[in-house]
Amino acid sequence: MTDSKYFTTTKKGEIFELKAELNSDKKEKKKEAVKKVIASMTVGKDVSALFPDVVNCMQTDNLELKKLVYLYLMNYAKSQPDMAIMAVNTFVKDCEDPNPLIRALAVRTMGCIRVDKITEYLCEPLRKCLKDEDPYVRKTAAVCVAKLHDINAQLVEDQGFLDTLKDLISDSNPMVVANAVAALSEIAESHPNSNLLDLNPQTINKLLTALNECTEWGQIFILDCLANYTPRDDRESQSICERVTPRLSHANSAVVLSAVKVLMKFMEMLPKDLDYYGTLLKKLAPPLVTLLSAEPELQYVALRNINLIVQRRPEILKHEMKVFFVKYNDPIYVKLEKLDIMIRLASQANIAQVLAELKEYATEVDVDFVRKAVRAIGRCAIKVEQSAERCVSTLLDLIQTKVNYVVQEAIVVIKDIFRKYPNKYESVIATLCENLDSLDEPEARAAMIWIVGEYAERIDNADELLESFLEGFHDESTQVQLQLLTAIVKLFLKKPTETQELVQQVLSLATQDSDNPDLRDRGYIYWRLLSTDPVAAKEVVLAEKPLISEETDLIEPTLLEELICHIGTLASVYHKPPSAFVEGSRGVQHKRLPGSAGSGESVESPDTGSAAGVSDAPPAVIPSQGDLLGDLLNLDLAPPATTTGPPPPTSSGMQMGAMDLLGGGLDSLMGDESEPLGGDLGGSPAMGAGFGAPPAAMPASFNAPVSGGLDDLFDLGGGVGMPSGAYSPPKSIWLPAMKAKGLEISGTFARRAGVVQMEMTLTNKAMSVMTDFAIQFNRNSFGLAPAGPLQVLTPVSPNQSIEVALPLNTVGPVMKMEPLNNLQVAVKNNIDVFYFSCQYPISMLFVEDGKMERQVFLATWKDIPNDNESQFQIKDCHLSSDAASSKLQGSNIFTIAKRTVDGQDMLYQSTKLTNGIWVLAELRVQAGNPNYTVSLKCRAPEVAQCVFQSYEAVLKN
Amino acid sequence: MIHSLFLVNASGDIFLEKHWKSVVSRSVCDYFFEAQERATEPENVPPVIPTPHHYLISVLRHRIYFVAVIQSEVPPLFVIEFLHRVVDTFQDYFGVCTEAAIKDNVVVVYELLEEMLDNGFPLATESNILKELIKPPTILRTMVNTITGSTNVGEQLPTGQLSVVPWRRTGVKYTNNEAYFDVVEEIDAIIDKSGSTITAEIQGVIDACVKLTGMPDLTLSFMNPRLLDDVSFHPCVRFKRWEAERILSFIPPDGNFRLLSYHVSSQNLVAIPVYVKHNITFREGSSQGRFDLTLGPKQTMGKAVESVLVSSQLPRGVLNANLNPSQGTYTFDPVTKLLSWDVGKINPQKLPSLKGTMSLQAGASKPDENPTINIQFKIQQMAISGLKVNRLDMYGEKYKPFKGIKYMTKAGKSVLQRMHIVNCK
Repeated sequence: MTDSKYFTTTKKGEIFELKAELNSDKKEKKKEAVKKVIASMTVGKDVSALFPDVVNCMQTDNLELKKLVYLYLMNYAKSQPDMAIMAVNTFVKDCEDPNPLIRALAVRTMGCIRVDKITEYLCEPLRKCLKDEDPYVRKTAAVCVAKLHDINAQLVEDQGFLDTLKDLISDSNPMVVANAVAALSEIAESHPNSNLLDLNPQTINKLLTALNECTEWGQIFILDCLANYTPRDDRESQSICERVTPRLSHANSAVVLSAVKVLMKFMEMLPKDLDYYGTLLKKLAPPLVTLLSAEPELQYVALRNINLIVQRRPEILKHEMKVFFVKYNDPIYVKLEKLDIMIRLASQANIAQVLAELKEYATEVDVDFVRKAVRAIGRCAIKVEQSAERCVSTLLDLIQTKVNYVVQEAIVVIKDIFRKYPNKYESVIATLCENLDSLDEPEARAAMIWIVGEYAERIDNADELLESFLEGFHDESTQVQLQLLTAIVKLFLKKPTETQELVQQVLSLATQDSDNPDLRDRGYIYWRLLSTDPVAAKEVVLAEKPLISEETDLIEPTLLEELICHIGTLASVYHKPPSAFVEGSRGVQHKRLPGSAGSGESVESPDTGSAAGVSDAPPAVIPSQGDLLGDLLNLDLAPPATTTGPPPPTSSGMQMGAMDLLGGGLDSLMGDESEPLGGDLGGSPAMGAGFGAPPAAMPASFNAPVSGGLDDLFDLGGGVGMPSGAYSPPKSIWLPAMKAKGLEISGTFARRAGVVQMEMTLTNKAMSVMTDFAIQFNRNSFGLAPAGPLQVLTPVSPNQSIEVALPLNTVGPVMKMEPLNNLQVAVKNNIDVFYFSCQYPISMLFVEDGKMERQVFLATWKDIPNDNESQFQIKDCHLSSDAASSKLQGSNIFTIAKRTVDGQDMLYQSTKLTNGIWVLAELRVQAGNPNYTVSLKCRAPEVAQCVFQSYEAVLKN
Repeated sequence: MIHSLFLVNASGDIFLEKHWKSVVSRSVCDYFFEAQERATEPENVPPVIPTPHHYLISVLRHRIYFVAVIQSEVPPLFVIEFLHRVVDTFQDYFGVCTEAAIKDNVVVVYELLEEMLDNGFPLATESNILKELIKPPTILRTMVNTITGSTNVGEQLPTGQLSVVPWRRTGVKYTNNEAYFDVVEEIDAIIDKSGSTITAEIQGVIDACVKLTGMPDLTLSFMNPRLLDDVSFHPCVRFKRWEAERILSFIPPDGNFRLLSYHVSSQNLVAIPVYVKHNITFREGSSQGRFDLTLGPKQTMGKAVESVLVSSQLPRGVLNANLNPSQGTYTFDPVTKLLSWDVGKINPQKLPSLKGTMSLQAGASKPDENPTINIQFKIQQMAISGLKVNRLDMYGEKYKPFKGIKYMTKAGKSVLQRMHIVNCK
């Protein structure tokens, strides 16, 4: 006799029949009937009509019947709230039952009935149960508080349940502690700012004690809670690590991963020379490897997390390459993750093994996986320089197989290899050209066209090859069309005599017959370039390209830090910050690894990133001529994380054509539209020689400013009495002529229409003509970098001065400077390279959308600890508060609210820096008193001094 | 925390749903079905699927998808581990975990799920405790219940749940006191074409069946504990003692449980006890190919290799295979191209072989993908890592228990031998 009989009633009037049975006098019949009801419920049938009859069965001594009725109640109470009240009395009575099992069951079930009216009755029994003598009841009641909070948060606060719950953290029973932590964590998720889980060394100690004794699930809750704690010093950190390490041997993989999270985070605080640090590193590898022997679903989650761990601390798994080798019967999602990690771990020491494996994978059956394997070979070539040759020959072997998709992938990656190692492997071009006809995928066609264009001078029949593509121009995808356009222009510039007709044909196809704005714009730019100044065109289109680096696929260091704090969570599976995807993003707090100087969101975070080994390169001095052609494209893709230099200008002013167009009002358009284009083509050179650079750089440089600028425009439209713009200090001499072989530079900074500009006067005090100006910035606190080249269009003759405005962006490499607003600049001309440093007013970096909502302002003000508040006096300022307010607004310091108390005006103001740091201010102005008081609150207190200086400067000018 | 659970069968029907918080409409599973459709193989459905308001985390066990719905940030491993526990519990209660078994016991299933999770928080997941709360269905009990009207829900507070040894119930009594341990090692390996091992690892477990009266305190020591440097323990094992003395000291749960699992990585040299010699050739201009496979034992310390099963996915171009096994039986599925050969026991004097021809589609090009062979086998009375139990002692109780240790080695999910196809001119 099985339960399947409950499903078999198919007669008419089934509900009616059940009703009769439920009201039967016989206990046994009743129970059977309830079971039938439950069975119907489980398969989604609606049996809510039986509510009163089922509830009537609740008054029983039979525990199983009671449980079954409870099950039913939980499911249907919501749809029948009035009827559910009938059940309340029984619940309240059961909460007093001598049997703790019944007490716990009652309080548990009551919490699951999501009916407002019932929750009121729940409070008293719950309060008793939270203090019950039996820990089983207490632990059940702890969870019930979380349930109640979900239904009615206000009620829970009013009734003081949260405090009771906090007291339970000190309970003598570890299970109760674990459940209290779990309940508090869940409640805290909807209250990001409440200090519900106030962690101090005492509570930490209690948690660690409970950790050893509670169930596996409790251990997960406690470990996740521990991970939010920031130890006071390295000794505390070490002692916590020591007590957490045994969890690495737990059979439950979730416990293991939560323990890994705690260790990865607290490890940051340990000095690297400590013996214990090394021991800990060694202990982390085996449990991670073991996770990979588990079921595929577990493996997948583990692999996503290991991917983060190897980026942060590659040393942990560097000897474990083999466990990531792919088995042909792994599910595809495991295969792809393993492949990615293999590349991250590839090094000179193991590259031979890795390549042998990848070559095996390239002959597997699964097409998707084969493609990824071929790509992986290319990534290895770029990552491990010593292996490039072997990789290329492996790829050539694969091309020989003539398997269509393998050949296409191989060509795409070989193009990248050309970008990384120019003039080394061009001998293979002939082999590639043989496969031209078999290419049918846009990416492969685009790559091949790029190769033909780039090496047109070495390919005798380049014009024929490209012409063959041109025939079906309109059927090609945009990617291929753009590439073809660029390639033919390149060809023309290299062999102008034979290809004039071809270039005219492609230009007219692109500009006149195409609806695609990207294509048209690119076509027009080439056209104008070629028609106005072919020499300039050559400089632009055939400019030397920057090398690509393997770092572009790394996760940006600040994000990586945050993700390391979220190991084991959904965020770590998706490699996105929790705020990016958690439903409603209920004010998720950004977590940071400890050990970085400063608290919370500080400007120095990238600094700690570099400590993690992203780039320890010394501050760039002045690179050689070749490096000056910075990789604008790469910059676009991977902002501060790139190891390539900042985007320095090209050495000539020959980009006129392109820049003219770009600068002439089209810039925002271009910037926007070339963004998808840049995205499409990735970091690949498919963007085309030289030309690719300026437009692709636009999104980067104009991203924030353009949108800001638009806001500004709108603001202006509606704004009244806006002052003429941001304050800009007068020019001062930065580089005296004596120190720079006759070149004198004086300058200032300004923010115009949302764009930061460096305005300079270059004066030639030497006896000879100066040309070839270029400029580069050292890394600085806010990542300021030139957004374009320094446009000195004509040679500067002796005693001549010219004015130059250099637009800046803030996506360059970041390094904290002292003082914060210090900027080190190198300027080069045909004579020499000169260095100077200057300080910019931080008000330049105040963005246009720095006006905070009132509510947010209030919450933020409260949220920032008082330690971060600093106060300054501004003396001798004779403005009224309104005048001050409008003056400050011109520099993007926005007044959010004004209050007058005892003749003293208090202005509440906010401003936002380009890197997203908010500064909140309270400005007190007393009528007749020329001394103002400014209180600044900011999560990064370091900026306060600079912001204050800006206040002073803006108000006094 | 875990919001809801849906059980989905291979044909994409939801046959059970359970909600621990508010009810989530089953339409949320549409996202799962989409992913299921996209996946080429049932096991390729990604374990974490985002939907606009929820996340679906699923595991595939016994051809049933267990789909958990979560709404807020919950560690995915937590969910997956919990789902595993659900599967284990069903298997423990019903003997098998199939759609039919679950439907047959739907009320018990519901009671179990309700007991395992409260508002999404795990409540009781240890089989010992669950069995105190809800008695597993047996034919006898069903009959007794029907006659006497008693229930299969326990009336007692699960005492173990709050004691310092939550995994063991109190008042255990047996007339025959016995403790059996099975050391089972599974080997996974990738072997290249020439027969040399690329990577090999051993995943070992010690499963115990302990039926001892009272509160016994056991210690288990090994001849070579050095092998165990990567271990996961049952919560009953005292970790400190292991760290200090390399001795397993524990108060065991009652009944069957997994005492520890361990992992011996490829850095220690692992010998694969079976070797494969293969020769697959295609000749230019012929639609026939030769196929030749021979198996042999290797370093088995005289123990027999049994239950050998060889399977391989032949290249897509192969139309049919006409082979001749020296022992056992083989099948070839011309649709999936799956060749499987049930070899049985390997006799070292007369090595099993499978020889014959394969026919290609007429005019098809020679296959360029290299197939892989997956080998399954079992060896009794041997742990391939060399792990050996030294002694088992019992303290805390007076009686003398029966003790027994068994060893077994078998192939894990994948002992993979890569093959090489030779295309002759």
